[in-house]
Amino acid sequence: MDQITTTTDHAEQIRAYLTQHEHKSLLRFITCGSVDDGKSTLIGRLLHDCQQLFDDQLAALERDSVKHGTQGDAIDFALLVDGLSAEREQGITIDVAYRYFSTEQRKFIVADCPGHEQYTRNMATGASTADLAIVLIDARKGVITQSRRHSYIIALLGVRQVILAVNKMDLVDYRQDVFEQIVADYRQLAEHLGISKVSCVPMSALTGDQVTRATDSMPWYAGPTLLQLLEQADITGSDAGRGFRLPVQWVNRPDSSFRGYAGTIASGMVTPGMAIATLPSGQQSTVARIVSADGDLERAGPRQAITLTLSEEIDISRGDVIVEARRPPEVADQFAAHLLWMGDAPLLPGRQYWMKHATRTIGVQISEIKHKVDVNTQEHLAAKRLELNEVAFCNITVSAPIAFEAYADNRTLGAFILIDRQTHATVACGTLSFALRRATNIHRQLLSIDQQARATIKGQTPRCLWFTGLSGSGKSTIANLVDRRLHALGYHTYLLDGDNVRHGLNKDLGFTPEDRVENIRRVAEVARLMTDAGLIVLVSFISPYRAERELARSLFPAGEFVEIFVDTPIEICEQRDVKGLYARARAGQLPNFTGIDAPYEAPEAPEVHLRSAELSVEALADVVLGVVVQS
Amino acid sequence: MIPPHQLTHLDRLEAESIHIFREVAAEFQHPVMLYSIGKDSSVLLHLLRKAFYPAKPPIPLLHVDTTWKFREMIAFRNSLPARYGIDIKVHINQDGVRQGISPISHGATVHTDVMKTQALKQALDLYRFDAAIGGARRDEEKSRAKERVFSFRSSGHRWDPKNQRPELWDIYNTRVHQGESVRVFPLSNWTELDIWLYIYREQIEVLPLYFAAQRPVVERDGALIMVDDDRLPLAPGETPQLRSVRFRTLGCYPLTGAIDSTAATLEAVIAEMLVARTSERQGRVIDQDPTASMEKKKQEGYF
Repeated sequence: MDQITTTTDHAEQIRAYLTQHEHKSLLRFITCGSVDDGKSTLIGRLLHDCQQLFDDQLAALERDSVKHGTQGDAIDFALLVDGLSAEREQGITIDVAYRYFSTEQRKFIVADCPGHEQYTRNMATGASTADLAIVLIDARKGVITQSRRHSYIIALLGVRQVILAVNKMDLVDYRQDVFEQIVADYRQLAEHLGISKVSCVPMSALTGDQVTRATDSMPWYAGPTLLQLLEQADITGSDAGRGFRLPVQWVNRPDSSFRGYAGTIASGMVTPGMAIATLPSGQQSTVARIVSADGDLERAGPRQAITLTLSEEIDISRGDVIVEARRPPEVADQFAAHLLWMGDAPLLPGRQYWMKHATRTIGVQISEIKHKVDVNTQEHLAAKRLELNEVAFCNITVSAPIAFEAYADNRTLGAFILIDRQTHATVACGTLSFALRRATNIHRQLLSIDQQARATIKGQTPRCLWFTGLSGSGKSTIANLVDRRLHALGYHTYLLDGDNVRHGLNKDLGFTPEDRVENIRRVAEVARLMTDAGLIVLVSFISPYRAERELARSLFPAGEFVEIFVDTPIEICEQRDVKGLYARARAGQLPNFTGIDAPYEAPEAPEVHLRSAELSVEALADVVLGVVVQS
Repeated sequence: MIPPHQLTHLDRLEAESIHIFREVAAEFQHPVMLYSIGKDSSVLLHLLRKAFYPAKPPIPLLHVDTTWKFREMIAFRNSLPARYGIDIKVHINQDGVRQGISPISHGATVHTDVMKTQALKQALDLYRFDAAIGGARRDEEKSRAKERVFSFRSSGHRWDPKNQRPELWDIYNTRVHQGESVRVFPLSNWTELDIWLYIYREQIEVLPLYFAAQRPVVERDGALIMVDDDRLPLAPGETPQLRSVRFRTLGCYPLTGAIDSTAATLEAVIAEMLVARTSERQGRVIDQDPTASMEKKKQEGYF
């Protein structure tokens, strides 16, 4: 492709040429398919036609072809890309190889990936940096299981642009109907997988038809060649228009007069004067300079490696993310995420791993595998563990809150790897989908009036007083009395009662374990909104499960959630039986009744433990009041 | 409305390399950059300085000297501290010197193994470096095309090509146990042409050996070997000729072939390369070993 006359006298001409070369854009793509589909032949063809193969490399290739080749006397291009001796001996691709070629318009980096299922993790490696994928299909076979698996993996890694290369058209007599059928099948699959842009080209890597040059073998096809599609593919992306994010890689402090924060911009543009915040702490400052070795920059954008200085010094270290104050990302410590397991030992939920996310490495635990995904059929399956090359949708918990975005919105803040604590092997890659709960000390939105302001005007400290205990234990009686007394003292309160909420917000819920969990989740969220508004909220719910009370507690800043265990022996509750419920439960008319045929998990360390059998209701209320009023 | 933000391929390569340098500095206890004086090392050094500007690079330089480098290379290396205010450690395998190992008497393979590979391992062990940055590029050779940017080495400095750590996005796993290490290649995705275009764009200083000049050479097995000093024994009747030559790649002078060329400027060198029909490693005698030799050498610890 690169043609030039070598005349050293024409320095000007060369300079112009160099200028053009310097301003090429870069496209990274991955090729999916197997040697049988003609993948290696295709790459060999691209390199050859773009004159990227040197004479000595061709000579070595010819020697190798005689020794290991599978193409008789002809050149076996697979040997060119399969660089490891084990690969050449076995005639398969084991690991990703990177190849480089360029045309007048663009420079290309090809990640040539193995197609076999047992090397799925290596394919994911190649896909993670790709802007686009070529999915190669043998015209004689059409869309097969392997095409599905490859397309699923690239979609999982966020590649949204595909060139469907229908290869070996020469072996189906260049028939249009064959091509169209494959295109129709593939478009359906792509839509299902969320691959938004699919371009299709019929071709033959062996003969070169439609790879780098248009030929007359398929007069019915007037579209671009494969190479033209690669040259035309859109790589602008939308990262520049998103909120500014800079994961801090390195704090640059040559002396006391300079303090810079170095990193690669994940998204958005930055200019001096921009108001920024650092996450997860939330401290704010302003960008002073964008420092580079070539002089200060007026602006910088995605993928640039820069160094920022700030007008007002705040505490920032490696792993923090500097963000646009006006458009901050979420901060959380529990997520739903997709995980591709790459470890030889299986993933076990509950085990501790390290997670490297942007520039931060923290402890992580897979709390639950929601479901496994069959990479071939995309079917959801139940799973307790995850083996090598398996994909699952999981809940994960990290040891401290982190700034993040969904992988679909931001590759850098949505991607992570897991590292085994003992072996230090990279055991998984993953993509974050959404937060399961927000972090305890960070606001999603930088509200102009915060909780503090709302509480101050009421002259009180917001609290969530969570009364838990058996039915008939006296929760509601005590809570009511506390509420009345607080109100009399001038506090702003609200009482959320289990029975009342079940008449409205939660009237769609029953008494199965799943519904009880959801019942508590909703009430906890409502209570959180109310404390956010500065109120003292009293919640009177049986809330039998420890896990859900912990979930409720996790929604509040430390100290704000007060768990009050109304500890009344079941015999006394049953004896009181104010609503006649125990009698009905005993008669079998009320299934899932707490204490009878459903468990009550008593709190292990409640802030307030009320032994109701020992004190009067008034005395019990005093105990609670003491906690609220003294603070 | 934000105008489109478009980086050229050199901008992207530069940013990627800087990111890698910063990651090494942040995550390793004792990183080092292997400096070999050639054009790739010149680019590495330039990127290293850019990555930590305005601070001085927090990563020291190490040159493993085989004692058979071109004199011009050593002079260039020795001028670095004064020019950039950086320190460079030099390590020579003294066992090899005592044994009188040379490419002349012991051949390319033994010389390279003892004075380069073994010397490198000695230095890494001596200074307890846990990360060693090198200038290798994936376009140089097919086993390199397979290597990770952060390439794990066991405690014996061995590379296991069939069992590499998966490497996704730009999230690099830098965890190693005591005695293990990582080789890091910030120029992985650069091609020879990119290197020259970047040298041109950034006006980076490189050795004059890369530019054509009249030099004394002898022709051996089709390679033009420069007679750089009197250690190169001449065959009876063999007399050095002055020819206009330059080097595409630089190593030990008896093992590095020159090419006939009149390209005396950066522009001319690039122009010549654009029409080149052979790869740069063709000039390396060491690479003419049996196929997959690079893979073998790399497994044993060669860079």
